[in-house]
Amino acid sequence: MALPGLVGFAHALADAGLGIGTDRTAAFLTAVSEVDVADPDQLYWAGRVTLCSEPDEIAGYDAVFARWFHGERGPNGHVRRSSPRYATLTPETSGADADDEDDSTVLRQIGASDTEVLRNRDMSGLDATEREQLAELFALLRPRPPTRRSLRRRPSRRGALDQRRTVRAMFRSGGETVRLARRSRSDRPRRVVLLIDVSGSMEPYSDALLRFAHAVARRTPGMVEAFTLGTRLTRVSRQLRQRDPAQALPAAANAVPDYAGGTRLGETLRIFLDRWGQRGLARSAVVVLFSDGWERGDPALLGEQVARLRRLAHAVLWVNPHAGREGYAPIQSGIAAALPHIDRLLAGHTLATLEELLGAMRDARRS
Amino acid sequence: MPGARVNLDTVSHSTTEPTSPAALAEALESTGYLADDGVATAAFLAMRMRRPLLCEGEPGTGKTSLASGLAEALGLSLIRLQCHEGIDAEQALYEWDYPRQLLHLRALEATADGPVDPEVAERSLYTRRFLLARPLLRALTESPCVLLVDEIDRADDEFEAFLLQLLDENAVSIPEFGEIRASTPPIVLLTSNRTREVHDALKRRCLYHWLTHPDAAREVAILRRRLPGLSETLAAQVAGAVHRLRELDLLKPPGVAESLDWATALQALGSVELDAANAELTLGAVAKYREDADRIRAAGLSSLLAG
Repeated sequence: MALPGLVGFAHALADAGLGIGTDRTAAFLTAVSEVDVADPDQLYWAGRVTLCSEPDEIAGYDAVFARWFHGERGPNGHVRRSSPRYATLTPETSGADADDEDDSTVLRQIGASDTEVLRNRDMSGLDATEREQLAELFALLRPRPPTRRSLRRRPSRRGALDQRRTVRAMFRSGGETVRLARRSRSDRPRRVVLLIDVSGSMEPYSDALLRFAHAVARRTPGMVEAFTLGTRLTRVSRQLRQRDPAQALPAAANAVPDYAGGTRLGETLRIFLDRWGQRGLARSAVVVLFSDGWERGDPALLGEQVARLRRLAHAVLWVNPHAGREGYAPIQSGIAAALPHIDRLLAGHTLATLEELLGAMRDARRS
Repeated sequence: MPGARVNLDTVSHSTTEPTSPAALAEALESTGYLADDGVATAAFLAMRMRRPLLCEGEPGTGKTSLASGLAEALGLSLIRLQCHEGIDAEQALYEWDYPRQLLHLRALEATADGPVDPEVAERSLYTRRFLLARPLLRALTESPCVLLVDEIDRADDEFEAFLLQLLDENAVSIPEFGEIRASTPPIVLLTSNRTREVHDALKRRCLYHWLTHPDAAREVAILRRRLPGLSETLAAQVAGAVHRLRELDLLKPPGVAESLDWATALQALGSVELDAANAELTLGAVAKYREDADRIRAAGLSSLLAG
């Protein structure tokens, strides 16, 4: 097998969206030299163990492998990714309130009072300028993560005896106990899981909620997991870990294939629990579910799954943008079914309420 | 007898490394681990390329038993490190034996004529005999061996970074003692249940293999291999039923471990065939959640046995 063919295969995989760098390609070439390349099975496995790094990549690998080595090449031998679809995240302003349209053409200076007003405006009714201003305010959010007791002990004034440090001090003084060193458990950030409903009825909020998720994820990158729920489940944690929101948000938006579609909340939640939650991702985590609770599927299934989630999680918070409106009652089929199993129901339609949510996440405990 | 010197190294591990994935699969089979092409190639490459192998997959697909099978097939010892939340270097790598160090110090003082020179005393304290080797250090000193780092996803990020450094250098430096380096790098297997994403840097160093449940024929072979008294009929029935269970959308689809448990339970009851009655009695061996048991009963126990 000629080398360029193998490297080309790795490039085709990279084009198909697998995270492949030169080190992976190098490992692939080494692996190929160890096996019998005339045997398609061995070639397949040598590539799979070196070029894939998670189960989600295997289907893509299989497709490109079939195309590349079995002659089913696409145009130019490459698979092109679809064009970015960030545009769907920021809809045209025509849908905004008629009153605001005049203002949107004028660039306004914002003072403290404007900021205060904006913090309390419903995020679904903003024009483009206001959205931009709000985005800047999101950057100022300072989430303080919820904490748990760590298993690991650190030097401390009080706590259990630290044998190692005490004995080392004793050696230095010729065997006499001079001072007892102690150590105690410290606090570690607790895992936070954000589940964001991106169905049609939640569309006006999805941009802001992803921004919120990014602000939280940026603070403690390893401890925050974010998923979007629509007709299917998409994990966006990895995309949101990038520091710069200008890169993180389009990347996350690109990853979600089902914006503004329908919701089968119970069904997607079940998939989340099966694939991620039950294995430990939701265990002892603070789970925040952003949804308006309009369930097209069976509300009973949703109730069952939220109950299952609650058994795993430290606390389950439900954030409903409509809950902040006057005259709101939790009667939507989905919310009604889930209500007995959640720890708190909160509003999340303005920046101010999202700030309140941050506080609620930090202090969350089982009710 | 001159000229008859025996090289201890080659005697203690007189293994001939398999030269192809198929040869390795054969060696694994002789230990009772039936590997498919994917597993055999992945393990073979890990061995030849001297790279750690990261195994992920549903619980019960044989990630952990691959390590013990590999160790047995290659005639090497298996060293296992079970990860958990908050695991740190003291539990994974080494610890000084403080009580014995203190005793030693007191003994030095008692037997010395004059005052003990602190420099000399301290030097005598930090020697190999006061070093308690934990699994990672043992793997470095006893290599060649198979090192299994089980459920790496349960450990913290910091531990992963620490492990990464160790795997990279095949050496560790102990501040009071110096560097300990492995003469040959151990064969390293890492397993993860994906409760947390393993760091990219660690993944980059590793070969990656996603294990799936075995197909029906292989499962029958595994059952018969592990449970010598098991009849062909019962093995086929259990494997078939377990395969149908995996399609039932259960909270915890049964793995190979569960089918082994189930077959053992049926054997213990003296059953010759799997029927609705003894399936009901032994359901607890395969379904570990009440919801799952309910769902299986709702689907009909006899439907499991069809075909």
